[in-house]
Amino acid sequence: MSGNDTEFHPRWYRRRMSVFWWVSRRSYLIFVLRELSSVFVAWSVVFLLLLVRAVSQGGPEYQQFVDWSSAPWMLALNVVALAFVVFHAITWFNLAPQAMVVRVRGKRVARSQVALAHFAGWALLSALAAWLILE
Amino acid sequence: MAKRRVEPLLWLLFSSGGLAAALLLPVLLLFFGLVFPAGLLPVPARAHLLSVAHNPFTRIVLFGLCVLALFHWAHRFRYTLYDGLQLKRLSPLIMVICYGGALAGSGIAGYLLLGL
Amino acid sequence: MPDHIILQVTRYRPEREPEPTTQEYEIPLYEEWAVLDGLNHVKDALDGTLSYRWSCRMGICGSCGMTVNGEPRLTCATFLADYRPGPIRIEPLRNFPVIRDLVVEIGDFMRKLPQVKPWLIHHEDATAPEGEVLQTPADLDEFTQYSMCINCMLCYSACPIVGLEEGFLGPAAIALAQRYNLDSRDEGADERMEVLSTPEGVWGCTFVGECTTACPKDVDPAGAIQRYKLTAATQSLKSFLLPWRST
Repeated sequence: MSGNDTEFHPRWYRRRMSVFWWVSRRSYLIFVLRELSSVFVAWSVVFLLLLVRAVSQGGPEYQQFVDWSSAPWMLALNVVALAFVVFHAITWFNLAPQAMVVRVRGKRVARSQVALAHFAGWALLSALAAWLILE
Repeated sequence: MAKRRVEPLLWLLFSSGGLAAALLLPVLLLFFGLVFPAGLLPVPARAHLLSVAHNPFTRIVLFGLCVLALFHWAHRFRYTLYDGLQLKRLSPLIMVICYGGALAGSGIAGYLLLGL
Repeated sequence: MPDHIILQVTRYRPEREPEPTTQEYEIPLYEEWAVLDGLNHVKDALDGTLSYRWSCRMGICGSCGMTVNGEPRLTCATFLADYRPGPIRIEPLRNFPVIRDLVVEIGDFMRKLPQVKPWLIHHEDATAPEGEVLQTPADLDEFTQYSMCINCMLCYSACPIVGLEEGFLGPAAIALAQRYNLDSRDEGADERMEVLSTPEGVWGCTFVGECTTACPKDVDPAGAIQRYKLTAATQSLKSFLLPWRST
């Protein structure tokens, strides 16, 4: 399958794909950033579990956690993490309709409506969670 | 090959994890990572959070979220390393780090959330 | 007097140079000219040695795919005036070996395509239908979009996985497999699953989505692949949880 020398194929030119192929185009860069959001998803889980541990351990531990989470560098990290996690959510809900065919009474539901339903569900769940946390 | 049978299931975990993470992580990180630490709203009392966390429904949802989100990371990060950094030759090591990490995290989540 | 525009065209003559070079041509800029018209002008009036593929010049044969200013485009459907004042970079389609100038080798795709069995599969033991096989408009709707592929290879050029993974079947092949999987007359979904539900099949795809962006026929291969992932994964889950059930 490689470009062997024959009388018909003197020498095919094959460009090797650079390790930084994803920097060369804007769409590729956005794709890689989207994929890297998964790192911040994992971080969020770690952060949440640390919170759960602090809450279940006791008053002083909980206060310790609150203080730790308000340190400037931790705050900055979580702002970045939040941005990436929101980016993950937005790209996920915008792409989901492309991956599914939803039918209501035989008619295909438009992509935009499937996306809208996802965003609505997101808003609803967020409101519910907020109410549980704040109330 | 076992790998063939497992790959679709790993993708299902990735997919459900992506949905779970997208739906729940933003609001949780917003409050506990930004709003409360930055003092935009008063920090909730530990007693209140403890009662919310003790609720069996909350515990199951949070556990499910943690497990799925971790496996979402594992799968996605694995392919980011394969394609983004062209490290496919290190595949066995990457599989252990990613899915092993997710399993370990799931264990910790189970211990913390279900053993409350 | 028409405007002029400069084309920066990749040249590769393996008999005398080890690597591609770039050659500039200044051509008239007519409002209605496509990039392909520009190349034809180069070949007719400026440099007869330039090699490139084209045929129908109306976006149906899929022959004239090239990389125009970094994007995979059908040169018959890409207009010079949109790139004013230029210059316009014209390179061969990425992710394929270059034979000469703008001509690429697509043998790899031609070998991958039959692997997905892109034809109607009918089981031998089934009784032959009496008369025509009927399909409702709804049946047709299921797969029509995926039948629009003209094998132009722009999606392979746009997909980074095609460039990274030699064995990856690629967007067009998988979309075409879906065209048959979703056809009510077809009975070959199980056979195709053995080829599709593999690392070289759908599981290598990470939904970059550039294939759909590049497609000039709105086939949406990315959508076809993601839908198949769900199909294959649900099937796998069923056979894992309910192994006694035969599919």
